[in-house]
Amino acid sequence: MKCRKCSRQAVINMRQHKLALCEAHYPEWFVLQVQRAIEKYHMFGPHDRVLVAVSGGKDSLTLWDVLLRLGYQAEGLYIDLGIGREDGEPGGYSTLSREKVERFAAQWPGVRFTVVDLWAEYGETLPEIAGRVQRGRGKPCSVCGLIKRHVMNRIAREGHYTVLATGHNLDDEAATLFGNLLHWQTGYIARQAPVLPASEDGFVRKVKPLCRLYERETAAYALVSGIDYIYDECPYAVGATSLHHKELLNRLEEESPGAKLQFYLGFLRAREAGFFCEQSEMVALHPCTNCGQPTSAPGLCAFCRLWKPKQEPADDRP
Amino acid sequence: MKIIYRDKEWELKGRWRVQDAIKEIGLLPQTVLAVRDGKLLTGDVILEEDDEVKLVAVISGG
Repeated sequence: MKCRKCSRQAVINMRQHKLALCEAHYPEWFVLQVQRAIEKYHMFGPHDRVLVAVSGGKDSLTLWDVLLRLGYQAEGLYIDLGIGREDGEPGGYSTLSREKVERFAAQWPGVRFTVVDLWAEYGETLPEIAGRVQRGRGKPCSVCGLIKRHVMNRIAREGHYTVLATGHNLDDEAATLFGNLLHWQTGYIARQAPVLPASEDGFVRKVKPLCRLYERETAAYALVSGIDYIYDECPYAVGATSLHHKELLNRLEEESPGAKLQFYLGFLRAREAGFFCEQSEMVALHPCTNCGQPTSAPGLCAFCRLWKPKQEPADDRP
Repeated sequence: MKIIYRDKEWELKGRWRVQDAIKEIGLLPQTVLAVRDGKLLTGDVILEEDDEVKLVAVISGG
């Protein structure tokens, strides 16, 4: 198969676009698609300070790479969750993914990069916290999401970043949408968007510049661009429902090229036309009495409540 | 040819198109990228008997 733009051998064929490109033209096309998404959804401009949440995986490192190539003020945030680290000793999944991020950042001298080490800062790793709280019923994924959302917002606020960017791709968004539709979670559906505006209560603006690109395309960009990312999956992701939904959608895509793209873009068009909007209720937020970050119920936020058993003696509990 | 995916290996006899070889070992072509000698391959490329191809999973998250 030949590249659409030249006669060289193609490295990727995107059936949903009927487009095959070579290793020279593919990264150019990819970068352009990201720029178009940023502009289409008015995500941010050249004067914004963008905090990119990086995990060491293909999507987040690709996003950081593309934003830097486009000349944006994109700085990184890595949250070391201590996965695979026993008794405070380094090693395992988090150590490996952190090394990938550090190696990537070293290629861009002068670009700021923040690391929040959960164990060093809070005295516990994610598996340790997840093991002693009820949330998530033994699986750390729910606690992981809570910690990441809290830390990302905190660092963005403290560092006076105007935008927080995450590497969610179209497959992530389509799988989330599919899962929420299966259970008719209309509140979640209403809040799913490429941009979540900043709130006066203290939530920073959140954007997903890769939301129109297939997961396959971000992996291909990373490989073609020589980005050294962590291939291994988070050990706790095995058996996750979202992975099952992705597989179902990929079976559909196999039979009907473009099905995932139509599903997600159709949703965005419907959303723009006003569907689901009545479900998007404004919830009154309060500052957490401990950290000051916004929370829906008065008192401690869900993140600070994770540490409550350590802060209060056992006789304070029922 | 030899196909490597995660910690598994398969040997296929004869010549195969990349996408057919991926299906033969039970994977969806949409969910992997094929790499030979460090270069990405499209699904229509014919693999020869002595080729070694590494498949890279593209699905992540949880």
